[in-house]
Amino acid sequence: MSKPHDHALKIADLTVSYARVPALHHISFEVRCGQCIALLGPNGAGKTTLLKTLAGLVDRESGTIHFHGREVVGATPDIAYLPQRGQVDWDFPTTVRGLVEMGRYLRLGWYRKYGGDDDRAVNMAIEAMDLKDLQNRQISALSGGQQQRTFLARALAQEAHVLLLDEPFTGLDKPNQDNLKATLKRLREQGKMLLVSHHDLPSVREIFDQVLLLNGELIGAGRTADVFTGENVQRTFQTHVFSGV
Amino acid sequence: MISEMLQHDFMRRALLGGLIIGFTNGFLGAFIIMRRMALMADALSHSMLPGLAIGLMVAGLNAGSLFIGGISAAFFVAIGSMLLSRGSRLKEDTSLAILYTFAFSVGAVLLQFTPTPVDLKHYLFGNILGMGNADLWIAWGVALIVIPGLLLLQRPLLLTLFDPAVARSQGVRVGLMHIVIVIASVLTMISSAQSVGVILMLGLLVGPAATMYLLTDRFPVMMWGGAILGCVGALTGLTLSYRFEGIPSGAAIVIVLFTVFLCAFFFGPRYGLLAKLRKSRHMHEESLERWRPPAETGK
Repeated sequence: MSKPHDHALKIADLTVSYARVPALHHISFEVRCGQCIALLGPNGAGKTTLLKTLAGLVDRESGTIHFHGREVVGATPDIAYLPQRGQVDWDFPTTVRGLVEMGRYLRLGWYRKYGGDDDRAVNMAIEAMDLKDLQNRQISALSGGQQQRTFLARALAQEAHVLLLDEPFTGLDKPNQDNLKATLKRLREQGKMLLVSHHDLPSVREIFDQVLLLNGELIGAGRTADVFTGENVQRTFQTHVFSGV
Repeated sequence: MISEMLQHDFMRRALLGGLIIGFTNGFLGAFIIMRRMALMADALSHSMLPGLAIGLMVAGLNAGSLFIGGISAAFFVAIGSMLLSRGSRLKEDTSLAILYTFAFSVGAVLLQFTPTPVDLKHYLFGNILGMGNADLWIAWGVALIVIPGLLLLQRPLLLTLFDPAVARSQGVRVGLMHIVIVIASVLTMISSAQSVGVILMLGLLVGPAATMYLLTDRFPVMMWGGAILGCVGALTGLTLSYRFEGIPSGAAIVIVLFTVFLCAFFFGPRYGLLAKLRKSRHMHEESLERWRPPAETGK
């Protein structure tokens, strides 16, 4: 078996549109496991659309997605989508552990018994995200940072290689942001691929080793040091977003 | 008193019916309230009326014709409202409200032309003491479809209830899960209509689940606890209405369930109103712990 960081996610000629207005035009890029990638662009540039397309939530008009040489069609346990925190009903009757266990469902299918392997995967995920003391807590009794880590633990329990995060830093205070930065770094070192939509430009260099600059089309993709230049950023953010008029 | 109660054939049937109807409604209720479908269930229960009337006109007054008629009408409204909202910018609650009031009106008109006169009150409030064998068969048959069905689909349903977007990214067919819940609701409603009527049925569906929601942080506990509570509530209500003559049985059941709900609302150990008031004092002490030097706390 190859090492996880050999796996590549390859997007070719991806186009997605909402009611004839294209949100993503013919996007092609390749990223690898063991990279932490920032998805940057103004509002409406297609960041969330790109994440949702990779998660299989939005139909694509053209283009292909390959992970580790296999075409991705529909849901795969290799890719985990982490929703924005505001999107979730935090009063749902489940504990941290219960939520992390949901990460196993895709591998288990509908009926297969939840067994020792599943329990081990859940324990490892909970420990990796430092949630052991909180595992029996109802999920609304968590801070924003802890909620974020619970989502990450669910993705780890799913044994996903690719983690799609939609604005994870939004609404977190400084200590929680620092904690999340450290967590993302650790996951990257373990060979996960983290694809993160982000809007705080000053922190990009510190957190991400790769960037994708997006404004309907791909403005630039590659190592942060090479691509995250003043000129590219200006091109990405100063051009108005195409909305069909 | 219990043995005296069991001597009556109608009472034995009512208890057997109440037992399973309470159980099924309580079980399904967990899914309904987490999907926020309580009012949709109410609308669907009212939309059965034209089907019941047509069943009555075509095949006469028997459990089978009412079952098939009611089910068809409720499905017509459920599917129709889904199509209306998908085919336009209308939200589903709007299209449902339009269709179910229309269905109810058609039903009211049709009832004027039924061969046997029908009391609308019976449809609204039911009569569990008048349960026939066919009604019992339907109630137990529905339970044997709905409960194993929901258990079988528990994982995709749970993912859908928690977060439809993530569920879809995990390959769950969210739309299909919604339809599954609608089908389970319609079947359960039909089996409850004869006994408690379409208005009180909602109390049986939502009451136990809402009570459990205030008591537990685990979804499986919510569904099984709701089922047991619904079952116990139905039997208690029936016993009360037998003991105190003149209390309608359906109403007695719902009042019992509401009383239990109220207890959970006030005295629930974690989410009850009293616990909330008490807790604020407790947590303050715990919070003060942080400022003590490590030596003092013994760490």
